[in-house]
Amino acid sequence: MASSLRGHAHTYGKNVDTDVIIPGKYCNLVDPVELGKHALEGLDPEYTARMKPGDIIVADSNFGCGSSREVAPIAIKGSGTSAVIAKSFARIFYRNALNIGLPIFESPEAVDGISAGDEIEVEPSTGVVRNITKGTQFQAAAFPPFMQALIDAGGLQPYVERRLAERAAT
Amino acid sequence: MGMTLTEKILARHAGLDRVEPGQIINAKVDLVLANELSAAVSIGVMRQIKGADRVFDPSKIALVEDHFVPAKDVQSAKIAKLMKDFAIDQKIEHFFDVGRGGIEHVVLPEEGLIAPGELIVGGDSHTCTYGALGAFATGMGSTDIAAAFILGEVWIKVPSTIKIVYDGQLGEMVSAKDIMLKTVGTLGIDGATYRAIEYHGTTVDALSITGRTTMANMAIEAGAKNGIFHADAKAIAYVQERTDRKFIVEASDADAVYERIVKIDVGNLEPQIACPHTPDNVHGVSDVTRDDIPLDQVFIGSCTNGYIEDLRVVAKILDGKKIASRLRVIINPGSQKVWMQAAQEGILTILASAGCIVNTPGCGACFGGHMGTLGDGERCLSTTNRNYVGRMGSPTAEVYLASPATCAASALTGIITDPRVMELAHA
Repeated sequence: MASSLRGHAHTYGKNVDTDVIIPGKYCNLVDPVELGKHALEGLDPEYTARMKPGDIIVADSNFGCGSSREVAPIAIKGSGTSAVIAKSFARIFYRNALNIGLPIFESPEAVDGISAGDEIEVEPSTGVVRNITKGTQFQAAAFPPFMQALIDAGGLQPYVERRLAERAAT
Repeated sequence: MGMTLTEKILARHAGLDRVEPGQIINAKVDLVLANELSAAVSIGVMRQIKGADRVFDPSKIALVEDHFVPAKDVQSAKIAKLMKDFAIDQKIEHFFDVGRGGIEHVVLPEEGLIAPGELIVGGDSHTCTYGALGAFATGMGSTDIAAAFILGEVWIKVPSTIKIVYDGQLGEMVSAKDIMLKTVGTLGIDGATYRAIEYHGTTVDALSITGRTTMANMAIEAGAKNGIFHADAKAIAYVQERTDRKFIVEASDADAVYERIVKIDVGNLEPQIACPHTPDNVHGVSDVTRDDIPLDQVFIGSCTNGYIEDLRVVAKILDGKKIASRLRVIINPGSQKVWMQAAQEGILTILASAGCIVNTPGCGACFGGHMGTLGDGERCLSTTNRNYVGRMGSPTAEVYLASPATCAASALTGIITDPRVMELAHA
């Protein structure tokens, strides 16, 4: 997540749930690209046709509420979406996004300051969100230190490998 | 300063004397659950992790085939087989194939795999169901579950707790489902996000284990991390009938700190309906009983209301009658054991005679998978737990959530119907 993320904004309301992010009938798929073809299908069926790789989803509060399906963030990532900026995230989606490496940012100010189609740039290392179209800048909430360490390590997988190595050593 | 029940369970599993809300802990797990959808991804993740050939303890993992079963297509058969092969290879003791289990959240308590004070994580958001027995249980995604398979521990941010106190005696035909719909309507779908819900009060003390299960199941519908009841004599007896395993019964301290306390009087509560398209869009049935919203489907079952008690209520209402014309009614017993019990009690015959179809246990219809998917513009009254756009099929379909009694009464009329009115009509 070192380089910056850049694309046009697609804006949505609050409580975007996992059933509309990836409808249940696709939940037996495992390939991220196949899943990505159906990202947001229940909410915005034209999303995957309209979006360009790097584009950013911008949504109100409680993004990703509902089921624990990890294919929800996988589908968003698989579609080529580079990040999600929301006022807040539902807790299981939040964990899942960090675990699979979908960059997510919490910033109510940024969400209020972004219109559909605006060109947005996010710097993952600092959480700085720039609205290039409007010439404004926002600071996303910092992750708690434990989670930032997980992100820096490259997700949960390396963390598990480290825990296993620690156990083997003792 | 005292601790809540949730804090005590988490502290003990983290090997700590006390924990505070917001603290991040590593907690040992007593059981890790996955179904074929979450397991398919977890198994793939596990195979990528260096040095992770075996699960931490094959006796502490439960794998249940329940979402796309019996397999609806080749892809579903593929992931079902993937999980079955994994279960055999890893020597997983608690593997429930088709015909040997049912819906995960009905099966695990029924099989004695859940006990008070235990910590359970599952690759399904409704894992919070097990709080009915005084356990800490929460849903996670597949990568977290893969980590739990391997390490036998998970990282958890200790939630603050919302205490909800219910008082008042429930009226006829008003049930735990109505209480919980009222609760989700009161809190809102993000009202308990990152929080624990602790259920208290004379009303829930009087509820059966099934009723508490229905309530704990829907804690996630308010965004909660877990929903928990104190294990009383009823809960302890339920568990001891099913397992010899030792367990620890704890209680919140008198001076435990709650984020807030919500009081809900259910004495005059009427049957509740969650209208499209969120579970917190809750209204009393009298606001929703209208001829201009005819139903195409009634669905009764799921991990929320797929229990024998639920089916008994439905059979009592449908006994000797016929469901409304142009309506289809799908009944989904929650487990193989519930199905067999219903067969022995003659319930399946009553339901089939009324014109219902009785499906095999599974999650399919509830999440728009199969075995009851809604078409464009169709309207369904359902005992399930979610009614988001497209939840049960077409994005133009509408799902209303209600109790088994309300669903049964409505099955006879073809419109949303107050079960208390039905009761009077037959008195």
